[in-house]
Formats: sequence, structure tokens, C-alpha cells
Amino acid sequence: MNGILSIYKREFTSYFVTPVAYVFIVIFLFMTGVFTFYLGAFYESNQADLEPFFRFHPWLYLFLIPAISMRLWSDERKSGTIELLMTLPVSITDTVVAKYLAAWSFTAIALSLTFPMWITVNYLGNPDNTVVLASYIGSLIMAGGFLAIGSCISALTKSQVIAFVISVVICFMFILSGFPMVLDLFEDWAPQAVIDAIASFSFLTHFTSIKKGVIDIRDVIYFAALITFWLYVNVVIIENKKAN
Amino acid sequence: MSQAIKIKSLSKSFGAIDAVCNISFDVGYGEVLGFLGPNGAGKSTTMKMITGFLEPTSGTVEVNGHDVLEDPLSVKRSIGYLPEGAPAYGEMTVKSFLNFIADIRELSGSLRKNRLDEVIETINIGTVIDQSIETLSKGYKRRVGLAQAILHDPDILIMDEPTDGLDPNQKHEVRNLIKKMAEKKAIIISTHILEEVDAVCSRAIIISSGKLLFDGTPEQLISKSDQGNIDHAFRNITVPSK
Ligand SMILES: Nc1ncnc2c1ncn2[C@@H]1O[C@H](COP(=O)(O)OP(=O)(O)O)[C@@H](O)[C@H]1O
Ligand SMILES: [Mg+2]
Repeated sequence: MNGILSIYKREFTSYFVTPVAYVFIVIFLFMTGVFTFYLGAFYESNQADLEPFFRFHPWLYLFLIPAISMRLWSDERKSGTIELLMTLPVSITDTVVAKYLAAWSFTAIALSLTFPMWITVNYLGNPDNTVVLASYIGSLIMAGGFLAIGSCISALTKSQVIAFVISVVICFMFILSGFPMVLDLFEDWAPQAVIDAIASFSFLTHFTSIKKGVIDIRDVIYFAALITFWLYVNVVIIENKKAN
Repeated sequence: MSQAIKIKSLSKSFGAIDAVCNISFDVGYGEVLGFLGPNGAGKSTTMKMITGFLEPTSGTVEVNGHDVLEDPLSVKRSIGYLPEGAPAYGEMTVKSFLNFIADIRELSGSLRKNRLDEVIETINIGTVIDQSIETLSKGYKRRVGLAQAILHDPDILIMDEPTDGLDPNQKHEVRNLIKKMAEKKAIIISTHILEEVDAVCSRAIIISSGKLLFDGTPEQLISKSDQGNIDHAFRNITVPSK
């Protein structure tokens, strides 16, 4: 426990000693604004809810989360600190979890700084705040899914750029598999069970249902299983490939 | 003299490269073992296996009776390790970095404070304590690595080229530090500065191309040279066919 806590603390504070955190947060807030007001037609919809705001979160995360996760392990490899880290008395699992949780906490902070959006919508009308809350929780859980993928991929390479690109591609597939266009490709020949299975792998499918205001236990289990799986692979990668 | 480190038939291959081949030796408390060999001899690889960073291809490492593969955390707790190049988190200040190490090493209360004060004093890093590590000179970076390694006052110290990149005065200080700590600890240092062996080591091991070629006292090493010269002895051992 001490190991997890120490590494968590170090990782989390490390976001804020460089400008990276502030740049990231500003871009995140700016992009949520652009997406919500322009693409989401927030005002024109004449509805006092945050659906146009949350609708674009998967797409924002697609690029922004890999930008956070790319340095998690790649940087340790590149600078050689992985050798220091791996010879301190902390298990690999604890280290992977600690780093992941630090990145997730940072994401939570960025997300929570969108609160003016929530204030605005309450000022303009009477939104269902339980739906808003559920959407925030869902968005954070989904971000956790993206992060687990990104963390695992960054364990594979010294290069942050490669980690970023591969993470985006994999995250994109996890979004895409719920798209009607993609599912149509399977429509003609695959049995319904297969199509459902593919759709059920999509972040969109699960996020869409949470966004309606109901946090279904199945959606939570989906993300929990996904996160566990990718972090497990992350541990295996580090265990087998500590040195390059 | 009890045995701190027991290494049996240790080997490591990277694909076709046999970095370390079938090396065995023990290190006891009170010993300072100088690990010598040309570049690429397998010194760092051996140290990485002792500290649990690399898994051996075959053979065993026991530290204070704990097998490094079976009980890595116990091994890591009793070792202080300075990896080659003294890696550290560049964006951190020296102070926050040492506090992080103190956290992980579970130092708390007055012991923590005393150790931090003592190490900062002996390693002489008080003047850069609030500077971020990436802005330090090579010599200071190396010292921070040393400070990190000895912070928890480990039984066993393993240092990969601890004096590399230091100026002559700093080298002298580090050697004195090692001598001062030698009494109660088991210490392994790798180096290619041969005068260092004579200055601080009670024993020397020479490896070349992963094979152990010499294991004895510095005096025995010097006696391998008809000129009574340690450089000459080293060449005699590592370049046999000439
Ligand atoms: N991660 C690695 N992958 C492949 N080869 C390696 C790796 N690490 C070391 N080697 C090779 O193993 C040999 C021993 O290296 P090393 O232990 O670093 O030597 P030394 O520290 O004595 O200079 C060298 O030939 C080196 O190229
Ligand atoms: Mg080396």
C-alpha cells in the first residue's frame, strides 16, 4: 500500500511541475467548448441539458487521453528511470496501478473543471441534474477505459509518439465498433449474436446508455473488465520487457 | 564474515549475445568488491540481475538468503542501487526526489529526517537541494543518484560506475565515502578506473566477454604483472593473446 501511495503521489504531482498539465487542461476546456457550442449546437437545441456537451467526449478523449498516457511508461524507458523504479521495493502490479490512478485523477480534475458548463445550463433552464451527474461519472469511467489502453501501449515503446499513435488507433477501434456503419458491414452475413458482441465492445454503446442517466451495472462491469484486462497486459509487458 | 550475496552459475543472453556466462562468486559483509572489465564485459548486466532488474537466463542470485526471483521485494529492500548513468526524474527537485525515495523506503519520523540531513550533508548536495535534477551538472546528478542509493542505509550497496563523470576532487570524496561505509556493508562497485581498485577495494573481480577471469585481492592482481603495475596486470588478463 505504501508503495502505491508513494508512486501515486510522485506521479500525480509530476503533472503539475511542468506546463504539460496546464496546457492539457486549457486545450481540454477549449475543445469541450468548441464541440458543445458549435458542433453540438448547444444554444440552438433549446434544451436545458448537457447532452451536446457529453456527446463529444469519446471523440475528445480519443486524442487527449493518449496524449496523457503516452508518457506513463515510454518516458521511464527513454530516461532509464524504469531501472530505478523496478529496483525499488514495490511490485510491478502496484506500480502499474499507482501510475494509472495518478493519470486518472488528473483526468478527473480536467473533467471537473468543465463545471461552468453545468452552471450555465442550470442558469439557462432546469436540467435533470441526476442525468448530468450520471453523465459525468460515465464520462470519467470511459476516460479510465481509454487510459488503461494508453498506459498498456506506452509500456511497449520508448517513443511517446509511437505510443500516442497506436493508442489512438486502438481507442478508435473501440469507439468505432458501435457505429451503425461498421455494424452494417457485418449485418448481411454475421449472426445477430456476433453483431451484438461487436457492438457491446464499443465505448459508445456503453457511454450512450450511461449518458441517459442510468448507470447500469452491466456498463460498469464492462468498463471495469476492460480496464482490468489492459492493466493486466500492461503488467505482463513490463514484467517481461523491463530492459529494452 | 557472513555472506551477503551468493551468485551461482549466473548467465544472461540477449538473443545471440552471451552477455554473462556462468559466473559464480560470493560477497561478504565488510568487503568492497571492485568489478572490472572492458566496456561490454557484462558488468552492468550482472548488477542488473543482482538487483532484480533483469531475470537471469540461468543461475541464481541470493541476497541475505533471499532468492532474487522468489522474493524480489526483500532483496530490493536490503539493497541500495546506483544504476549506470544515475537515472532520476529530471523534472523533480533534488529534495522532492529524495523525499520520494524516503517514502518508498518507508522512512518516517525522526529517522527519516536524520537520514535525509545526514545524506545531504555527506554527499554535499545541500546547495542544489531545490534545483530540478535536469538542470544539474553531471557530477551533481551522479551525487543525487548516490544519495538515493544510500538513503535507507542499506546493508548492501551496488553502484555501477559511481565515479564516472566526477572531477578528481569529487572522485576522492566518493572513494572516502565508500571506505567509510565499507565496515558494516557489502559493497560492489564497477569501474574501469584501475587506481580505484587499489584505493577502495578489498577484492577485485575481472570479467571480459561475460566470463570471470580473475577473483582476488588487489595485491594478487598486481602480482599478475611482472612490472608491478595494475594496468599491466589488467591487460595481461583481459588481452591474453598478444
Ligand atoms: N538490453 C540489452 N539487449 C541486448 N544486448 C544487451 C543489452 N544489455 C546489454 N547488452 C549487451 O551485453 C553485453 C554486456 O553489456 P554490459 O553488461 O552493459 O557491459 P559493461 O557494463 O561491462 O560495459 C554487451 O555486449 C551489450 O551490448
Ligand atoms: Mg556498464
